Amino acid sequence: MDVKTLREDFPILSQKVHGKPLVYLDNAATTQKPQTVIDTLVRYYSEINSNIHRGVHLLSEKATAEYESSRHIVKDFLGAAHDREIIFTRGTTESINLVAATWGRTHLKSGDEVLITSLEHHSNIVPWQMLCQEKGAILKVAPITDAGDVVLDEFKKLLNPKTKIVALVHVSNALGTINPVKEMVGAAHDVGAVVLVDGAQAVAHLDVNVQALNCDFYAFSAHKLYGPTGIGVLYGKEKLLNSMPPYQGGGDMIREVSFQKSTYNDLPYKFEAGTPDISGVIGLAAAIRYFKQWDHHELFAYEQEIVSYATERLKQCPGVRLIGTSATKVSVVSFVMEDVHPHDIGTILDHEGLQSARVIIVRCL
Amino acid sequence: MSENLKDLYQEVILDHNKNPRNFRKLEDSNRHSVGFNPLCGDKLDLYLKMDGDKIESVGFLGSGCAISKSSASVMTTVVKGKTKKEAEELLDIFSDMVTGKKQMNDQLVEDFGSLAAFSGVSEFPARVKCASLAWHTLKAALEGQNQESVCTEKED
Repeated sequence: MDVKTLREDFPILSQKVHGKPLVYLDNAATTQKPQTVIDTLVRYYSEINSNIHRGVHLLSEKATAEYESSRHIVKDFLGAAHDREIIFTRGTTESINLVAATWGRTHLKSGDEVLITSLEHHSNIVPWQMLCQEKGAILKVAPITDAGDVVLDEFKKLLNPKTKIVALVHVSNALGTINPVKEMVGAAHDVGAVVLVDGAQAVAHLDVNVQALNCDFYAFSAHKLYGPTGIGVLYGKEKLLNSMPPYQGGGDMIREVSFQKSTYNDLPYKFEAGTPDISGVIGLAAAIRYFKQWDHHELFAYEQEIVSYATERLKQCPGVRLIGTSATKVSVVSFVMEDVHPHDIGTILDHEGLQSARVIIVRCL
Repeated sequence: MSENLKDLYQEVILDHNKNPRNFRKLEDSNRHSVGFNPLCGDKLDLYLKMDGDKIESVGFLGSGCAISKSSASVMTTVVKGKTKKEAEELLDIFSDMVTGKKQMNDQLVEDFGSLAAFSGVSEFPARVKCASLAWHTLKAALEGQNQESVCTEKED
């Protein structure tokens, strides 16, 4: 793996920002897109754009075939058992909202508990807050240590027969902590809870296998995996997905419609009402193909090397305090500086050609 | 450091950020409003003591970046003793300056003194909200929206 050549796959990285070579460090917010993903989107709209699952013409057949083969690529990528367990959504946020609105509304009642952790992104907090408010359920939050690890004993203590669903992040967006998901899933299953894993930050770093993790739901977004924005995935175990009511009503998700009653389509279409983001799905598959050509272990080792270097150098800067120092973390570096607001650091770094997040989050490509 | 950055982080701004003026809660205030910029997490409590139509004293508390904190500090120094109308006129000029609608010239620099230090903000569209937060909060306080939260995201 040659990083210089790899950078050349990303056309955006060849530009200069404020007269300096662009160094893009905001991959935790969104990743840049390789030429092959951009070309795939252009090719889709130039050659086969049409609506799927209905047309009897050649273009529709081609678009449908690519859309469904993309689902198969995602299924292999996540290690799911069946293509029908892969639901396309607008992103991680919509995937989580889908589960909260369908599984949650069906199964939660007053006095039940939802367990999350202090590491969660807003998208894995607010949908559960809304659900708990509606149902009179209680949202419990497992604490973390100063280093940014979930306190597993506390997490396990919070699990009880009232816990109906556990929603936890695979990799923290702010601190980089990798949660011991398999162990946490096992503990949650012991009390009969289902588990949703927010994989938004994990898929670009870890070798994810949903069957090995044994989680019930897994969510991620294409744009954090070198794919287009506005498209994401919800994996769900077939049995659970089948037991859930539809999320939205509309075309494609129905089998028969009359003004008195409609019957719903099978998985995965039951959860994909309306014309989906066809180009986005095909673009996601292109991103996965691109990403999978690299050796996962080699990528991870390189990232760890960069993050160790960054950590060591930052430790030498006076006034810098690192946030998130878990022994098991991906290549995200967060820090604060004494007396300097993160927003001011962001503006100053921007003028050095460094595109970093507001709260400085560094993920090295 | 580039020229743009030097224009943004002028000495006046760095000084007010480090040593904010009127950085206190006014115990005898009769107006109070809260400004909030949810994207940055900046929060500002502004206290006014009005004597009729005149701002007799002003104080603020809060946290934020150098631009938002110094803007609040400079604002308190220039609006003290002004009438509601005069303060609102300053707000309009300040808004035009940080959004680049009004170009700075020597006369303006002379008239507005330390406020002119914020002219560099116009080159940084993402930071206009930081500079404006205190002024929007002042407007709410002057209009008597006590305890009302002013949110920069409503401005768009």
